[in-house]
Amino acid sequence: MSDAQTTQIPVTVLTGYLGAGKTTLLNRILSENHGKRYAVIVNEFGEIGIDNELIVESDEEIYEMNNGCVCCTVRGDLIRVVEGLMRRPGRFDAIVIETTGLADPVPVAQTFFMDDDVRSKTRLDAVVALVDAKHLPLRLKDSREAEDQIAFADVVVLNKTDLVTPEELSKVEATIRAINPAARIHRTTRAGVALSEVLDRGAFDLSRALENDPHFLEARDDHDHHDHDHHDHDHHDHDGHHHHDHAHPSDIHDVTVQSVSLRGGEMDPKKFFPWIEKITQMEGPNILRLKGIIALKGDDERYVIQGVHMIIEGDHQRAWKDGEKHESRLVFIGRELDAERLKKSFDACQAA
Amino acid sequence: MPTVAPLDLQGHCIAAVFLGDVPHFALADGTIHRLDHGHKTAQANDGLLAACHDAANDRLITGGEDGRIFSVTAGGNAAELASAGKKWITSVAAGPQGAVAYASGKIAFVRFSDGKTKEFLHPRSVEGLAFSPKGMRFGVARYNGATLHFPAANGKPVELEWAGAHTGITFSPDGAFLVTTMQENALHGWKLADGKHMRMSGYPGKVKSLSWAPKGKWLASSGAPAAIVWPFSGKDGPMGKAPLELGTRGNAMVTSVACHPSQDVVAVGYDDGMVMAVRFADAKEVLLRRPGKGAITSMMWDKEERRVAFGSAAGDCGVIDISA
Repeated sequence: MSDAQTTQIPVTVLTGYLGAGKTTLLNRILSENHGKRYAVIVNEFGEIGIDNELIVESDEEIYEMNNGCVCCTVRGDLIRVVEGLMRRPGRFDAIVIETTGLADPVPVAQTFFMDDDVRSKTRLDAVVALVDAKHLPLRLKDSREAEDQIAFADVVVLNKTDLVTPEELSKVEATIRAINPAARIHRTTRAGVALSEVLDRGAFDLSRALENDPHFLEARDDHDHHDHDHHDHDHHDHDGHHHHDHAHPSDIHDVTVQSVSLRGGEMDPKKFFPWIEKITQMEGPNILRLKGIIALKGDDERYVIQGVHMIIEGDHQRAWKDGEKHESRLVFIGRELDAERLKKSFDACQAA
Repeated sequence: MPTVAPLDLQGHCIAAVFLGDVPHFALADGTIHRLDHGHKTAQANDGLLAACHDAANDRLITGGEDGRIFSVTAGGNAAELASAGKKWITSVAAGPQGAVAYASGKIAFVRFSDGKTKEFLHPRSVEGLAFSPKGMRFGVARYNGATLHFPAANGKPVELEWAGAHTGITFSPDGAFLVTTMQENALHGWKLADGKHMRMSGYPGKVKSLSWAPKGKWLASSGAPAAIVWPFSGKDGPMGKAPLELGTRGNAMVTSVACHPSQDVVAVGYDDGMVMAVRFADAKEVLLRRPGKGAITSMMWDKEERRVAFGSAAGDCGVIDISA
């Protein structure tokens, strides 16, 4: 797998509502002096002011796969464009996909797992959601897409922070955190996030995904040490007090996505793998993302898993370090998740 | 013993064709290479995405990233036929009376030989294009089926429905059947007289190459460790019949197929660059080319039925002479 990864072109997906700052960020990616060349796939040429021969306009085409599974959707246009781009791979180092404001990020991401041709040549690096600090509350009221984009993101750029009061900002960040406890949040004005926080994140790379993500799981016990920039701690009103195994969709208005964080000791592989397979088969349509580090009994390596709807991937990541606690942690982000049942059945997979 | 005249190029070969009796190789960067008393080069699109051999006019039609359509004739004469704006041209087809069809996003264009063009807007992207061998009619592969247009008349299009994403399209040489390749690992077919469906599935990979045998008796396809060859001689096509599996290999996938112009023999290209010729009657195999650097992407027999031009994804192209 690692051999293939060195030749696979990384793909970054930018989501976010109209006016959230996607174009600003895109223009920075294309114009800043970072020594890398990007091919950019956009829905409309629109306002990108940069002259780049590798900006490709593509009509969003969501194709349901004919396998009876409603959540198995891919972006047909991306399959074609990526295939075309990859026939001349020497021209760019990475691909950025800008989605429309209302786009569902799931088919975009699934394209990189479900299509063999795309998967063999490219790898999804991260999904980045741009959020307008001022207008997010309104967006959450009138659309499900805004929430989906946040729920699905690895990185949230909380933009236009200069347009809100510190109190409003804290509230918006708490809302984002309630939708997606696993994402990294960066507060910005004019999409001024360091590009290294957006590009080449390896968020879907099993060997890296959970390594560079302090908010993933660790944060629950250890609030004061997480590292996102210049935050204040008001949002702990929301995620500071609750127990790690509780779902929490309801305490913020207009949020229907919930997350369920599970924690346990060493797992019996004979129980855990059938369990996670069954859960993703049955609950797949409700699961937007899942991520986990699993301690398997009798295994000296950490096992990492991640999933999108019914697609799930897992691999050994690295040896447990000396003195590191052999602990299993798993987060589900989705809708209508039965937290109690998930916890019970997860606990039942623990090794005796 | 077959001999191979190699032509090592840099880049992905989109189409390997004979124009006149000269082998031409169209690469993804838009260069058209030919072996005509030495290696010569011409330039078509700035970024070439789709190509189609126009047998009636002995030319290659190409479309590309530059939104343009080129016609390339023997000797490497590349001339722009049309331009459709900034969007990629993702599919091209050659029709009767010098007509050419091309697709950009949701629009299929037909350019008649007098230079007039006609646009056909679809609700979804135009994925594949092909002209019927009879009459001025062309088909569009699209999401959930195919659409047939009659560009010379103002009639309503005919819609053929089948759930799923249809990506490529071909008519049988007698015009009786329409077959599409799909995003899933399958072909779908319609008998045009009565709209009867034909499901051709069971492929381990996507089908990207199709080739009709002489008189349309068979349809050869890629997408498996063997060339899958469906019988189309019956009035209902391959329904209820098993396909032939020719040139089966345990460790390689077929990526390109090209039927012999007059005999029931198919040239089979694999993902490791190997090429074999296989006879339908007894599945007898002849090695034409050993494995190379990249997957075979395109092949064509010459009119004398003596040579096969082949192109690969890695640029190691060439011409196989089977008479030597």
